[in-house]
Amino acid sequence: MLSVHLILFLAFGAVAVAGAINLLAQTHPINSALSLIAVMAALAGEYLLLGAEFLAAVQVIVYAGAIMVLFVFTIMLLNAGVEERTKGSRVAIIFGIPGVLIGSVLLGWVMLRHSGTEAVAAGALPGAPGVIGQLLFHEFLLPFEITSILILIAIMGAVVLASKPPTTSVGPATLTAEQKVNT
Amino acid sequence: MPIWLYILASVIKSAIVLVVLLTAVAYTVWLERKVVGHMQNRWGPTRVGPFGLLQPLADGAKFLFKEDLTPPHVYKPLYIAAPLIAVIFALTSISMIPFGNSVTIAGYSIPLQITDVNTGLLVILGMTSIGVYGVALAGWSSNNKYSLLGGLRASAQMVSYEISLGLSLVGVLIMAGSFSLRDIVNSQGGHFWGFIPRWNIFTGQFIGFFCYLMAAYAETNRIPFDLPEAETELVAGYHTEYSAMKFAMFFMAEYANMITVACLATLLFFGGWNGPLFGPAILQAILPVFWFGAKIFAFLFLYIWVRGTLPRFRYDQLMAFGWKFLLPLSLVNVIATAIAVAW
Repeated sequence: MLSVHLILFLAFGAVAVAGAINLLAQTHPINSALSLIAVMAALAGEYLLLGAEFLAAVQVIVYAGAIMVLFVFTIMLLNAGVEERTKGSRVAIIFGIPGVLIGSVLLGWVMLRHSGTEAVAAGALPGAPGVIGQLLFHEFLLPFEITSILILIAIMGAVVLASKPPTTSVGPATLTAEQKVNT
Repeated sequence: MPIWLYILASVIKSAIVLVVLLTAVAYTVWLERKVVGHMQNRWGPTRVGPFGLLQPLADGAKFLFKEDLTPPHVYKPLYIAAPLIAVIFALTSISMIPFGNSVTIAGYSIPLQITDVNTGLLVILGMTSIGVYGVALAGWSSNNKYSLLGGLRASAQMVSYEISLGLSLVGVLIMAGSFSLRDIVNSQGGHFWGFIPRWNIFTGQFIGFFCYLMAAYAETNRIPFDLPEAETELVAGYHTEYSAMKFAMFFMAEYANMITVACLATLLFFGGWNGPLFGPAILQAILPVFWFGAKIFAFLFLYIWVRGTLPRFRYDQLMAFGWKFLLPLSLVNVIATAIAVAW
């Protein structure tokens, strides 16, 4: 049976896959970033069709709206040029192709194994904001808080790694920074 | 309600809302020129029509007939897409806004809203957060340093203030217990002691309202937060290279965003269409929409008033204000509201 829901679901899925392929195929970073935004938005559409309105909205706000803006911002700030084409690294060939093969075999095996089970109806899973809040802040409070602390540590680590040691003299340090901007 | 009638009602509602919104955008520009003119002891537009009332039409015709110049050094696909992104997401977010209760036509109850989504507020936030790309990509694809700086400033500013904007609304959400704008407005009905309306602004959300207003002004790139298009430093910022209708699209997006902000402020903090009802039945049906419009007008006037009054922030002041003042304040508001509600 081909309902409107299923057609839309397949269409969003096709957009997501096409966006992901385009992300790899494009040579310019900004086009790749925009493809990733399309993937995120298509995923939000899939969530919406599965009855998770809250998750869909959050997906758009957080991923498509905030994180990807930072990606685009970085690309704009660095003014990254067109990507250089290489023949590909040897590591990618040695580990990448077998990895992909093993991954797809595993995925196919799991799918075949569970082919008899019934699919979950759209909207049958808990997706209301209240339910998600209960789960996050009640049942999974400890993992949630530990994840936030992990992210905080990662942010602080990034700041420590990125920041240069403080310089007391004004002359040479600022000059080099300006030179960097000019080049 | 049969499906064809539902679709017909939706199409008619969308058409009416779009026409009203675009007219409102055009006349907000007129209002701004007129009011700022009078604030600066000038007349503002007076030549086209009485009180210059036909000026928006003249401007629109001018935008249509101007040469649509595409500079040779731009990255064309994104240069064309950027104004479209800006204007489409600015106009779409109005579809979640309810203007009043439902009206009953021929036995069918039709809500005065294009669509009532149960996460309406989040959808609007999502739309506005996608709209940032219009400005950012315009700045980047123009291949011009002033545009690029404008686009960078705009994206940094919008990402920074989006957090305060979201957090400032959490207080209202805690009080209403719903993301649906209709439910939020309905939760603000009734009066204290018979005369003070139960609007969120009077039930302890004034800090939230202050944070919302500041963050929303920054999100719409309006004075005093209009650094992305600071004329004194950046020529015209991200839209330096745009002309004719493409420029007009950015203009429309900015004013449509202003109207959305005014609508949200009205719905979330000032009781939406709630107001005194009196007179015969027909007046009782029209008055809610009138109150809603009047409150939006007040917010738009405030926008213009602020523009005529305040100078522009410096960039470091903007970032310090957003991160060191507005964000902590909105967090305090969230915690205080949560404690007060849990009490």
